[in-house]
Amino acid sequence: MDKKRIVLAYIVIFLLLFICVALSVTCGVRDVGIKSIIGAFVPNAAPKIEVNIVLARIPRTVFGILAGAALGISGQLMQSVTRNPIADPSILGVNTGASLAVVCGITFFNIQNGNQYIWLAFAGAIITAVLVYGLASMGREGATPIRLALAGAAASTALQSLVNTVMLPNTQVMDQFRFWQVGSISGATWEDIRLMLPYIIVGFAIAFLLMPSLNALALGDDVATGLGVNVTAVRMLAAVAGVLLCASVTALAGPISFIGLMVPHVIRAFTGPEIKRVMPLSALTGACILLISDVLGRLLGRPGELESGIITALIGGPVFILIIRKVKVHSL
Amino acid sequence: MIDNSTIMEGHIRRQRRYIIITGILLILVVVIACFMMIYGNTIYMPKEIIRILKSDEMKGAAFTIKTLRMPRMLAAVLTGVAFGVAGNTFQKLFGNPLASPDVIGVTSGASVAAVFGILVLRLNGDIISWMAVISGLAVSGIIYMLSRGENFSNGRIILTGIGMQAFLNSLISWMLLKAAEYDVSSALRWLSGSLNGVTMNQIPRLAIAVCFSVGLIIALNRHLQILQLGDSHATVLGVRKGAVRVGLMLCSLLLIAFATSVTGPIASVAFLSGPIASGIVGHGRNNTIASALTGAILVMSSDIVGQYALPSRYPVGVVTGILGAPYLIYLLIRINRRSE
Repeated sequence: MDKKRIVLAYIVIFLLLFICVALSVTCGVRDVGIKSIIGAFVPNAAPKIEVNIVLARIPRTVFGILAGAALGISGQLMQSVTRNPIADPSILGVNTGASLAVVCGITFFNIQNGNQYIWLAFAGAIITAVLVYGLASMGREGATPIRLALAGAAASTALQSLVNTVMLPNTQVMDQFRFWQVGSISGATWEDIRLMLPYIIVGFAIAFLLMPSLNALALGDDVATGLGVNVTAVRMLAAVAGVLLCASVTALAGPISFIGLMVPHVIRAFTGPEIKRVMPLSALTGACILLISDVLGRLLGRPGELESGIITALIGGPVFILIIRKVKVHSL
Repeated sequence: MIDNSTIMEGHIRRQRRYIIITGILLILVVVIACFMMIYGNTIYMPKEIIRILKSDEMKGAAFTIKTLRMPRMLAAVLTGVAFGVAGNTFQKLFGNPLASPDVIGVTSGASVAAVFGILVLRLNGDIISWMAVISGLAVSGIIYMLSRGENFSNGRIILTGIGMQAFLNSLISWMLLKAAEYDVSSALRWLSGSLNGVTMNQIPRLAIAVCFSVGLIIALNRHLQILQLGDSHATVLGVRKGAVRVGLMLCSLLLIAFATSVTGPIASVAFLSGPIASGIVGHGRNNTIASALTGAILVMSSDIVGQYALPSRYPVGVVTGILGAPYLIYLLIRINRRSE
């Protein structure tokens, strides 16, 4: 019975992902028909211009799948590491920290190489994560959800102002890199995907290797130690993987919020807390949500486009409130 | 009889210190306000300013003073007071130094209505302020309703507010982009606050709202201090908890909504003023007046810094927003030291 449900979940999600991909290549400022998708692979099946539109949208779609998956897994990792239901790269301010580091690198050190973006973002993200977690764990109760969220929100405000300060004098840079304020995958190219891929693969690999240990960690530190898990090492590794994943997405697409928060909760409602089931499904769902947000951004923003980060926050804010209503945390 | 002369002596000493510090803050506010009037692209002497203010001229220097500097200075003082007092009251009510109206979504609620009114409905003037006020109140009401239920707590309100904040901010971005007015300055005004483009006719209603609400909050101050002792103490001491809490909340919300409708949500002022004020007048003191003055000083000096001290001009909200960062680090350091 249980197994059936999981299989069903996979089928549904793959179907959804397929639909999202189809929408992502067909919808936009100019809509094209399904026929053009076929045209991209079979010569002479559709008008040339439409085929070109589809071809131009493919990298964006692929990037969306990868980035969404990375954000979904990153959120799951952070929730496991902190054992806190509302941990997420955006709630913790990590995305804003990453984007500040990149913006500083571009403006002050004239950095233009994508690889360096990623490392900068990684450094910024780690520093922010440590800072926010430190702020939140002050006092005796430690990092309760509420403290974590407040520390993250306050840090984001401050960091966002720093981003604005650095960007504001260079209006041209600002227009070109508006996505440093609200994340967007609209400018993605094959080059970006190639850049991001190695980091994401490393992140995914660590996440999947750590799954059994993370399961043990969910039972509490004592039990996990009893089961032979090196608690500190697992925490560190998982945190690094989580930060690496969201930082590499932020480095190329800007801060995209709430995907990491929503996805694991939605999945857990279907599968229960078993991480081996939650993790892969989270990746797939994350990809779906980012693609849907991107498509919605194109539809709602006509004649232009809305950044997908705006849409993820529009969906994510209410979902976050729902999660809080459900979570029974006495330490709140 | 217990000899309480030492206690009384200490009390008087602290009282004196409190009065002196408040006096210094007040003088600082006046000095900075004068500086805002005097300094700029052209420097006008105080005598000249007074003469211009008395006359009816509307050209040249009079234009600069009356339509540019005067409303800007007044708006800075009033919004500073509003955000300072409202933030301080929120922090006291929630018992958390990080709980301030701009972190938990109330300011965004007011901004959303203002942006909607200006960009979508093409309104201007008074009606915008009222929309901001109503929407600020409505959003707080929604936050409150959403966080009710079996496990209601202050914490849940704060978390719900953070979610609401993200949602509303993205609504603002959406409207700005849709209206094709997403130029940097208008976006920053509604996302982090700015004093650019404040006009004189916005000032009176802001002044009335600030006087009324701050007055009420000061009147309720005794009760607020008792509330901080904990609910059971408050009951024993005869405070009507519910009524006082609602009254204080409503006043703070009015302050925020009116201030936001004029300048947008000036970042971090609400969240910095209270702690700075209690740092200088001493904890446990009634620091509403001190945080009002601190708020005004913060907004005015940040505006001066943003206008003249940096290589390019920044709106005040960006400068105050940055101030938030060192404060967070300071909190972190203080906490680490305490836990050693």
